[in-house]
Amino acid sequence: MINFAMPDLYPASAEIFLLIMACAVLLIDLVSGGRRWLCYLLAQLSLAGCFGITFFTLDGQAVTTFSNMFVDDLFADLLKLALYPAVAMTLVYGRSYLAARNLDRGEFYVLVLFATLGMMVMISASHFVSLYLGIELLALSMYALVAIDRDSARATEAAMKYFVLGAMASGLLLYGMSMVYGAVGSLEIAEIGQRVALGGGNKTVLVFGLVFVVAGLAFKLGVVPFHMWVPDVYHGAPTAVTLLLGSAPKLAALAIVLRMLVTGLAELAEHWQVMLMILAALSIALGNLAAIAQTNLKRMLAYSAISHMGFMLLGVLAGIVGGDPRFALNAYTSATFYAIAYVLMSLGGFGMILLLSRTGFEAENIEDFKGLNKRSPWFAGIMLMLMFSMAGVPFFVGFFAKFLVLQAVVAAGHLWLAVFAVMFSLVGAFYYLRVVKVMYFDAPTDSAPIEAPRDMRYLLSANGIAVALLGLLPAGVLEYSMWASYAFLIGQ
Amino acid sequence: MTGLPLLSLAIWLPIVGGLLVLATGSDRNAGLARLLALAVAVAGFLVTLPLYAGFDAGTSAMQFGELREWIPRFNVHYRLGVDGISVLFILLNSFITPLVVLAGWKVIEEKVAQYMAAFLIMSGLMNGIFAALDAMLFYVFFEASLIPMYLIIGVWGGPNRVYAAFKFFLYTLLGSLLMLVALIWLFFQSGGSFNLLDWHAMPIPLEAQKLLFFAFLAAFAVKVPMWPVHTWLPDAHVEAPTGGSVVLAAIMLKLGAYGFLRFSLPIAPDASRELAWLMIALSLIAVVYIGFVALVQADMKKLIAYSSISHMGFVTLGFFIFNSLGVEGALVQMISHGFVSGAMFLCVGVLYDRVHSRQIADYGGVVNTMPKFAALFVFFAMANSGLPATSGFVGEFMVILGAVKHDFWIGAAAATTLILGAAYTLWMVKRVVYGATANHHVAELSDIGAREFVVLGLLALCVLGMGLYPFPFTEVMHASVDNLLKHVAVPKF
Repeated sequence: MINFAMPDLYPASAEIFLLIMACAVLLIDLVSGGRRWLCYLLAQLSLAGCFGITFFTLDGQAVTTFSNMFVDDLFADLLKLALYPAVAMTLVYGRSYLAARNLDRGEFYVLVLFATLGMMVMISASHFVSLYLGIELLALSMYALVAIDRDSARATEAAMKYFVLGAMASGLLLYGMSMVYGAVGSLEIAEIGQRVALGGGNKTVLVFGLVFVVAGLAFKLGVVPFHMWVPDVYHGAPTAVTLLLGSAPKLAALAIVLRMLVTGLAELAEHWQVMLMILAALSIALGNLAAIAQTNLKRMLAYSAISHMGFMLLGVLAGIVGGDPRFALNAYTSATFYAIAYVLMSLGGFGMILLLSRTGFEAENIEDFKGLNKRSPWFAGIMLMLMFSMAGVPFFVGFFAKFLVLQAVVAAGHLWLAVFAVMFSLVGAFYYLRVVKVMYFDAPTDSAPIEAPRDMRYLLSANGIAVALLGLLPAGVLEYSMWASYAFLIGQ
Repeated sequence: MTGLPLLSLAIWLPIVGGLLVLATGSDRNAGLARLLALAVAVAGFLVTLPLYAGFDAGTSAMQFGELREWIPRFNVHYRLGVDGISVLFILLNSFITPLVVLAGWKVIEEKVAQYMAAFLIMSGLMNGIFAALDAMLFYVFFEASLIPMYLIIGVWGGPNRVYAAFKFFLYTLLGSLLMLVALIWLFFQSGGSFNLLDWHAMPIPLEAQKLLFFAFLAAFAVKVPMWPVHTWLPDAHVEAPTGGSVVLAAIMLKLGAYGFLRFSLPIAPDASRELAWLMIALSLIAVVYIGFVALVQADMKKLIAYSSISHMGFVTLGFFIFNSLGVEGALVQMISHGFVSGAMFLCVGVLYDRVHSRQIADYGGVVNTMPKFAALFVFFAMANSGLPATSGFVGEFMVILGAVKHDFWIGAAAATTLILGAAYTLWMVKRVVYGATANHHVAELSDIGAREFVVLGLLALCVLGMGLYPFPFTEVMHASVDNLLKHVAVPKF
């Protein structure tokens, strides 16, 4: 007879709560009769609830459930605690933008919640199947979100492109996973790690599978040469969706990269390190160079995202030196710090576009920021801090993110890689400076007052100030990232 | 000694004050912004006075030390301290700031609060550079100081300001990024320390020293600027508003030279000795070639900018002949150049405010309408060309003596600056100040007012005082310079 045991649901309580809430929002939307604030409020409450659940169930122990498919460890919890506020900020920033375009329908909030659920599953996945489920849940929600403005040809095209390429990436990833399964005979990530370490599995098959896994991950991260979808999707999607796409998922992406490559395939580090090195170097170079040519701020930030993801990968690849994980803690700390810092800066950057947009007008061209210092010195100052932070100039958090990654790279002995990376961040400084130039040196062409709601103004201000404050006192976030990566390492 | 954290005050008082000035907001409160900025600048200068008064010139140890944890995980500390080399620059910087505020008093009519705030914040950041004893802290201040200058040139600059601002920022960032990699490398080499004094004592193989030397050179040579990476400076000077030019010439250029003394020489002494020929050669090219370039300039600001490069060539020359006359002479020259070039740019600013031209050809016979101004201008020009009894002479003479001690022909080549400097400066003065009144613009000039007179007069006093009695300056630096030279003489690999 089938021996059925109820899985332990407690470790996944936040996910289950969010799932229930997302379904509830879906239903309530049907009967709310156009009271759209209700869905918004419920979505925010769901995220706050998740935050509370994760926070109050926080402990140092790693618990697995669902037949070892799902793990609740401190690494996952800390990343999730950074994830919820990021999504919540997205909702605050995007709300008036969506309302002005009649896009703030219930579906939007439901899809955002499902996307969040997908990211949470990705972060907590300890099994190839649950990991894939998380990726697909996020991806399918995002495809729909990109196309949520169904009358916009640009958005539809972007969604189509995103969907086709995303499906191909999923295929690659699945194919790679199946190769690994074929070689090792397990889909459980920790189990794979142990078996490979004991010499299990045909190396050729494993490396063959690894190539597809890395390619699939690279697609999802959007690093060169698998980046083609990034600028078009960032550009085509409604800015509120771009905001979501360009921020919180980076945390989840970091988690799956670490779990798959480090926990699962650490024995093949010498192989994937070379791949990541090429991906990272190409991303940093091409992302920064192509960003220079952009006149559209969303596209520029998309290319900048590519280069930032390249930088983050540098932190990931620096963890293992010649099979020795001696520098792993610092390296994964730097990658985590980078991801958190990037999410904060990216939220602010796209938030500024939303701030300046209004009914019937998208402030998405760099030109639209002309003379912002005249129109609103305060928000010009916020954008200034965000841009210098992205360029990696101190005292802003982006500098410390770059610094920590470079430190990890130098520790791993890749001195020339560090020199290469800093040379291209010099190139990068140029296009961030251009935004500052437009805001401060040019005269305004647009004199419309900024009509964003108050909660958004305050939050965006806090976001900008946080970029500066965390740059002055980075020790707190550093400790946070270090706990996370420490928990990740002992959980292996 | 008082219990006050004087160095922290010198850094953060102007920065916080700058943020307060920023908070006065729009140009409706311009008057308030100006007054507040002046008050902060003067207060910022006053808090640095005890640094000099309480300074113990008998030791080369770091004084007024402060130590706090900053990023404990990576052993990065908020570590401050000054020795005889750095203390004078903090004073100089804090002294120049109120003058800059005064110089921009009337001329700047747009975004006054932002203008004043940018200068105050930059002043605090630059004090941080001179006071930092932790490499990361140094680096962070070093790079952050680019931001206000970028804005000053770009927002309040001349017609080609955007180009100049970008060139300034990217050029200097290029150098400092290479230095960042070097700093991280040193962190691991030293077993996990960012303490500069640890690095000074740490043995490093010669090959590595050479790489480090070039990484530092990339950062500091651009900042000094040395030939051939000097081309950003004339552009930046010409386009910057007067105050920006003054700070650039008086303080910012010194950051590079200071970096040589704090990083290159003590961390890589053997490489410094091995590569001294290169540095001396580049310095002499700067002194002689750039001197000739200055001669043919038609734009006054450009001329003074090239003259600055030439004078800074003297400074780097003084460092790399490794005797105390040379290094002390170079330090004196740095401070003197701070006064003189600042004053020269202010003088050009005075003329520009009235006529809105910097072309030498647009002037002539200014003495007829502006006698007080002409007297001061001529005085500063004399100092710029190294007339005895002005501060310009002291430093140049010491460096030449040191150079002759090192090698006669180097000294001889360096001494040509006395001729070239006099030639380009005095020729400019002759064309601008003397002769018959050139045109109706000059005829309508009004002489300097009380505010301008105070600013230029104070600088004139400094130039004269330092020229007649340089002892208070050399006394302070003596022990530190001797210690540095002793350190450099000992191989450390």
